[in-house]
Amino acid sequence: MKSRNHQVFVRKFKEEFESVILGGGVIVALLVLWEIASDLRWINPMFSSSPSRIVNSGWKMITDGSIFIHIQSSGLIFIYGYLLAAVVGIPLGIMLGWFKKASQALGPIIAAFYTTPRIAMMPLFIIWFGLGIGSKLALVFLSAVFPLIVNMQAAVSNLDKDLTRVAEAYGANRRQIFWTIALPESVPFLLTGLRLATGRALLGVVGAEVFGGAEGLGYLIQYAGATFQTDIVFVCVIIIAAFGMVMDRSLLALNRRFDAWRGNGC
Amino acid sequence: MAEAEMGHTNAKVPSKLVVNELVISYENLATGEMTEAVDKVSLDIKAGEFVSIVGLSGCGKTSFLNAIAGLIKPQSGSIKVDGKPVVGPGHDRAVVFQKASLLPWRSVLNNVIYGLELRGVKKNEARQLALKYIEMVHLKGFEHYYPHQLSGGMQQRVNLARALVCEPEILLLDEPFAALDAITREEMQNELLLLWEQTRKTVLMVTHQIDEAVLLSDRIIIFSARPARIVEEVKVNLPRPRTPRLKNDAEFDFLAKKIWGQIHTTAGKKVSLEYEI
Repeated sequence: MKSRNHQVFVRKFKEEFESVILGGGVIVALLVLWEIASDLRWINPMFSSSPSRIVNSGWKMITDGSIFIHIQSSGLIFIYGYLLAAVVGIPLGIMLGWFKKASQALGPIIAAFYTTPRIAMMPLFIIWFGLGIGSKLALVFLSAVFPLIVNMQAAVSNLDKDLTRVAEAYGANRRQIFWTIALPESVPFLLTGLRLATGRALLGVVGAEVFGGAEGLGYLIQYAGATFQTDIVFVCVIIIAAFGMVMDRSLLALNRRFDAWRGNGC
Repeated sequence: MAEAEMGHTNAKVPSKLVVNELVISYENLATGEMTEAVDKVSLDIKAGEFVSIVGLSGCGKTSFLNAIAGLIKPQSGSIKVDGKPVVGPGHDRAVVFQKASLLPWRSVLNNVIYGLELRGVKKNEARQLALKYIEMVHLKGFEHYYPHQLSGGMQQRVNLARALVCEPEILLLDEPFAALDAITREEMQNELLLLWEQTRKTVLMVTHQIDEAVLLSDRIIIFSARPARIVEEVKVNLPRPRTPRLKNDAEFDFLAKKIWGQIHTTAGKKVSLEYEI
């Protein structure tokens, strides 16, 4: 028994290991190729940088502390915008899903907003809220809020008919159905909404900062790009990508916990 | 032919459920036409009686049960439990659905408590009651498991406990074991027999398993093809307490064949009775 468990463990470990080796190997190979190509001047490092240059300039910005101002500025906009979107979007989506009248009243305007690229409204936000944090927050908020609204609405308005029938059969009124069926059933949708909102919010942060202002990773990307400091552009992109991935993986891991009861519909 | 053949049970036992000329019809949303599912069905079930309704797939027997549960409104006719008219779902009835339909985010214990919780029974009291019925359906030790960790048969036991814990006047079973495999189904039939011996609840069960109906029931009502009418009532006089071994009995076989034949005559053609999911 024990040796069998051991065998299973070894096999699983090998499989994991192989996938890491394969996936990681391709990345490493590409990085090496990139480095060689720029060292041998097959490509111009001024335009395309190189892994060693990116590491160097990243390290320099960390040691002299210059990067942290930008990370802090972007981070704050992200956190405020994202939280605001959650606080507004989740209850609003639930309300739209639960009350038919609300979705009839607000459905069209939300659909219109949902499909419009929000960045197109940035000049208006700057006029209304100024070049400071206000206009940026507006963009991040509007970017992140719709996936939450739409997901919560979908969750609450498409409840499992078998479960609501059980609730009704046991005498649940509408309020009880809401608290005992609708809310718990929409938890996985909430996590999906939060994942989508993360990506949109990051897009909003970078977009807003590229548009104007004097700090933030988006601003730095825009400035470094305009002055051909491609290695700095890469450093910023890597920071943003890493943050997005960590956020996404965490929410995904949380989501997995709910998969067990979501799939089999018992 | 036997629509009027009622009241043959002991007259001294009070009626628990009285259904009078019940008509159920559905509106076709596309055409606006009304389709009749149940046509003037009358039924009288005594306290402590186990009655089954058998009939072809889609004959309207589940609609009939849902109307008694208060989940759908009948077109006309009346349903009375202990003389009180049924206007919606109520504590005097509890339904065991074909699909276990357990709340996946609740443990076994909290699923069983669900009905009591909706009714506002105190948490501690509900818990004690739930534990009693969890033990009765032999799920002791599984109180804190989640539905996805249970087999189909165990889920159905939870479903049963959830209904029993409400201590309803009438237990309504809607093809409760149809989704289970043959062996588990047999096991659950035995379980239900034992539970019924212990509680002597009034039970109305809808099924298309004829042997299941014969094994469990005091009386079997045969529904015609849609719209459902009562074709015949068959009294099952097999001695109690019963066990699944009864299925080898000659009289059991005779009754099952008789009912099988009746259903086939109403269909006017050969139809498989085994599958309805």
